Amino acid sequence: MGATRETGVLRDRRGMNETGTVVEVRRLTKRYGKHLAVDGVDLSVRRGEVYGFLGPNGAGKTTTLRILTGLITPSSGTVSVLGGQPGDSAVLARTGSLIESPALYPYLSGRDNLRVLARYASVPKARVEEVLELVDLADRAGDRFSTYSLGMKQRLGVAAALLKDPDLVILDEPTNGLDPAGMRDMRELVRNLGTDGRTVVLSSHLLGEVQQICDRVGIISEGRMVAERTVGELRGQHELVIAADPVDDARRRLAELVGAEAVRTEDHILRVQVEPESVAKINRMLVEAGIAVTELRTAERALEDVFFELTSRRETTDVR
Amino acid sequence: MSGSYVAELVKLRKRSTTWVLFGTAMVLSMTFGYLIPYLGYVSGDDNIQTQGVPRAQVLADMLPGGVVGNAIGGFPVFAGALALVLGALLVGSEYGWGTVRTVLTQGPDRFTVLAAQLAALVTVLAGWVLGNFAASSIASAAIALAEGQSMAWPGPVDLLTGAGAGLLVLTTWAVLGAVLALVLRGVALPIGLGVVWVLGIEALFVGVAGSVLPELDVVTNLLPGVNAGALVYAALGDALGEAPPGVTDAVSGTRALVTLFGYLLVAGVLAATTVRRRDVA
Repeated sequence: MGATRETGVLRDRRGMNETGTVVEVRRLTKRYGKHLAVDGVDLSVRRGEVYGFLGPNGAGKTTTLRILTGLITPSSGTVSVLGGQPGDSAVLARTGSLIESPALYPYLSGRDNLRVLARYASVPKARVEEVLELVDLADRAGDRFSTYSLGMKQRLGVAAALLKDPDLVILDEPTNGLDPAGMRDMRELVRNLGTDGRTVVLSSHLLGEVQQICDRVGIISEGRMVAERTVGELRGQHELVIAADPVDDARRRLAELVGAEAVRTEDHILRVQVEPESVAKINRMLVEAGIAVTELRTAERALEDVFFELTSRRETTDVR
Repeated sequence: MSGSYVAELVKLRKRSTTWVLFGTAMVLSMTFGYLIPYLGYVSGDDNIQTQGVPRAQVLADMLPGGVVGNAIGGFPVFAGALALVLGALLVGSEYGWGTVRTVLTQGPDRFTVLAAQLAALVTVLAGWVLGNFAASSIASAAIALAEGQSMAWPGPVDLLTGAGAGLLVLTTWAVLGAVLALVLRGVALPIGLGVVWVLGIEALFVGVAGSVLPELDVVTNLLPGVNAGALVYAALGDALGEAPPGVTDAVSGTRALVTLFGYLLVAGVLAATTVRRRDVA
């Protein structure tokens, strides 16, 4: 998809935000009566990144995303989207979203649904055919939305989100109802959106998908943000696991190289906080020092493990 | 605004419910305005349809001179109820399908979307009124030809007054239905409450108050159905033959006009306030 068409809503994304931050959320709170759905959330999404927004059901993800699209007013806190207030016409014109599930008119065809939305958004009619092709629905575009399978509805919802050729795309569970092939296509689509200069906020329960396509991840649990880091940081890619003999000698030399605070020992195994690109250098240093290295690997965990650890830790803390 | 207005019009035009309601309103109008009276007329004096009404009057009401009365006579009650259903469906379905959040994230602000919905609703109702006038005109002309009667049509002022009054009556009911759906965020309850009110409760209230406690006229004369009937009564003037249900001279035409516009104003303010403040889940 082109990034430089000048048709009112289709602009050059490179000039969109000089600060580099597309979404900035500070101390965001949303209260429904006594229930605190979102509790002091801080969140920032940088320009051009694919941001994964994770959390268990009822954690406050969809509420937060609704606030970002102006559907819900926050109880307190500040929110900036594309440099403006969420819900402002100028901001909405540059934002495409699919929140929770595709909500379209059941009696209209897929094409007519998009044409109607194009009217609201003042988007040229030709764009409808482009996005139908993009989500591979051109062949069934003349059929009524009510006759679509769940996966087709989901794809049409994504097409609707892309109709404005937006700078910011917010997708809430876009792979819901998709078969494995559909999921793969959606993953490719989201990845392409990210490489196209767009900023993507993706909420998903499929942590494997998020691990593959997201640059950074925010994890929310019971309304609070419990982590916001790169996928690599969350998975522990910046930690090396080293089995060496003699271990004390190895520890001393490593401390000299990267600093004592970055090295610790657990059950005669060394754990070292370093950038992944330092692995070869460390290995060479240890071997040249006559230390036997029997194991050297990054302490990489699946995002799923990290997710459960972070979200269950919060639950445990609350119980105490 | 224009894009949103066209989008709302497309949605209404492509929705079968719009046509079913329009068709029902027209069938009712033709049935009670022409079919039943004409069958009564041709079958002689001794039948229930013409009982108490001279045959000549029954025929006169069906001729081109009575076209305004036949076109808008059913608007205060039957067509009004159908217009209320249309208004409730237009707005309430957006909540039922969840499309309200899709529309509100497209770009136009909430007031623009609301204004576009109401403008499209009035446009469709104007089509209803014109369609009803066209069908009534054809039926009147056919009966005049069949019976060898006069083709004297009402003047343009009478036609425009009748069409305007009819449009205002339908718009009032439809907007009340739309606002009810907006406040209740759905379709079923607003339609149920609205239709029961239009077809039953208001008439019951007016009837009971009139017979037991006439002082309540102060209140009943403010009700939308009473004023809708009074406006149609005033618009028909001398052309009014047998008054259709709900068409009375309870209040003057001017007062009815002001009251109905008052309802529209209050409904508009309520709708705008609700739309501005509401969280859309």
